[in-house]
Amino acid sequence: MALLKVRGLTKRFDGLQANSEIDLEIPEGSLFGVIGPNGAGKTTFFNMISGFQQPTAGTIEFAGTDITNMRQDKIAAMGLVRTFQLVQLFKDMSVAENVEVGFHLATKGGVAAAVARLAWFRRQEAEIHAKARELLDFVGLADQAEQDAELLPYGQQRLLEVARALAAQPRLLLLDEPAAGLNSHETDALAKIIQQVNGQGITVLLIEHDVALVTRIAQRIAVLDFGCKITEGTPDEIKRHPDVIAAYLGTDEAAHA
Amino acid sequence: MTSRAIIFSKLGDYGYIAIGGAICIALLFGLVFIHGGYLVTVLQLAMIYGIFCVGLNFFMGYTGQASFGQNAFAAIGGYGTAIFCVQYNWEPILALLVSMGIAGIAALVVGYPTLRLRGHYLAMATFALGLITYDISVQWTSLTQGYMGYSGIPPLGIGPFTVEDERMKLLCLIAVVLFGLWISYRLRASRFGRALRAISTSEPGAAALGIRVSHYKLAAFIIAALYASAAGSLFAHVVGFISPEVFGLQMVVVTFTMLYVGGIGTVLGPAIGAIIASLLPEVFRSTGRFQDIAYAAVLLLLLIFMPKGLSALADIGRSRAPRPRAEG
Repeated sequence: MALLKVRGLTKRFDGLQANSEIDLEIPEGSLFGVIGPNGAGKTTFFNMISGFQQPTAGTIEFAGTDITNMRQDKIAAMGLVRTFQLVQLFKDMSVAENVEVGFHLATKGGVAAAVARLAWFRRQEAEIHAKARELLDFVGLADQAEQDAELLPYGQQRLLEVARALAAQPRLLLLDEPAAGLNSHETDALAKIIQQVNGQGITVLLIEHDVALVTRIAQRIAVLDFGCKITEGTPDEIKRHPDVIAAYLGTDEAAHA
Repeated sequence: MTSRAIIFSKLGDYGYIAIGGAICIALLFGLVFIHGGYLVTVLQLAMIYGIFCVGLNFFMGYTGQASFGQNAFAAIGGYGTAIFCVQYNWEPILALLVSMGIAGIAALVVGYPTLRLRGHYLAMATFALGLITYDISVQWTSLTQGYMGYSGIPPLGIGPFTVEDERMKLLCLIAVVLFGLWISYRLRASRFGRALRAISTSEPGAAALGIRVSHYKLAAFIIAALYASAAGSLFAHVVGFISPEVFGLQMVVVTFTMLYVGGIGTVLGPAIGAIIASLLPEVFRSTGRFQDIAYAAVLLLLLIFMPKGLSALADIGRSRAPRPRAEG
């Protein structure tokens, strides 16, 4: 069954067609990749799905509910959680606290609960404290838990964003160019983590510029170019597809290929 | 383990400097308490400003939003207390609580549309709020008595017990500041506080994790208004007189100074800033007409060399390396 169904998704910024009529279905439990050259409209597509931009036309359905134009925090509460191409860490907070913020949806209590600190509240705090360590351990950041998030090297900041998103207990995890700026060693570590996350039953939608990474780990891939979906298929089909080669290498080279 | 080691391991992050600072502040209050006189009044005002700043820190520090108009809510508290107590002979505590309620509702009504704005636009809108409140307190003479203001506001008290001794007033204010700090401390390290602090550095990041950004901003704005209103009410009781000037632009400037000098976004910073910024002018009083220049120079130096505020001093001894986990 499709967990995410996108129909005719279109976004126009005066005159510029950023996305036009994109149709996509992401099966539950899959690891799905979206690739495309810079400026192909990948991030716009992503922003619309996660509620950060309003589509000009089209519908987005998540787990059977229409989430088109829904507020970002409501979409997250339904289990669709994203990361950002430009990492959006909470810089003034420690690495562990960043992950603890991720548990916002999984916990409860406001001002009164925080002042009163009854037994259930203290238990909840202790629980997310422990669970945050587990997640940091999972992405390999356990030793940096008490550091300021801002002091992490770039590659680790990306891993922290993934850990934080996992804390929100997503059904569908949207990763926006998670390998951007990582070296090959870091990319390998990230690939392993993404596969493990998917192995736990979490559906993953991976938007990436790095074709090698996506063709290696994704089960199915859609290709965007100039705001349109030009094709979709298995990694092998995509690698051989002439339009894909054309989109990445330019038409002249494609003709010679 | 020696008893000293136990004390220091319990203090965690706070090093010797923090303990030294706490001793200095305790000594200062002690000496002023024994000595009495004018400095008691200075510290009373410092505590009132401290309450205001601890509240403002929720909105400007934890949540990272700008408000130049929080004096409006102090005015609501001050005038509420003055009108209820002088005109209607209400109990001071009741007047204080009702004024806080009015300020909270006002913050809700004003904040709901205003907090959609960001950065400089939010700063301008809140600034306007402060100016409008000032104008109302000048022009609506039937309610506020205009420039005359209210005098003869009774001292704090419950029933027949009133606090008239200046030292006792100071003690009461210290108790209120500590209570305010305690709430701030508890909220900062909680689901609520973490959501506020997340918003301060990345609104998209917070929203993507399911935090309803607009609600949390509004909540922080209302909390700041409640503290401000309480500070306004306490001012009215302690000084016994209010006028529009008390809650004017001067208050905005002074409280901003306090927040940044003490350390915005920290728990103790606003209170420390309130004490330091209130005492500095007194320290320089002997320099006569150079008083303001000396005061400004010290503030500048503090902001240049301690951009995170005085409370950041406590972090100097703290290592950036991962600390060993405390057992238990």
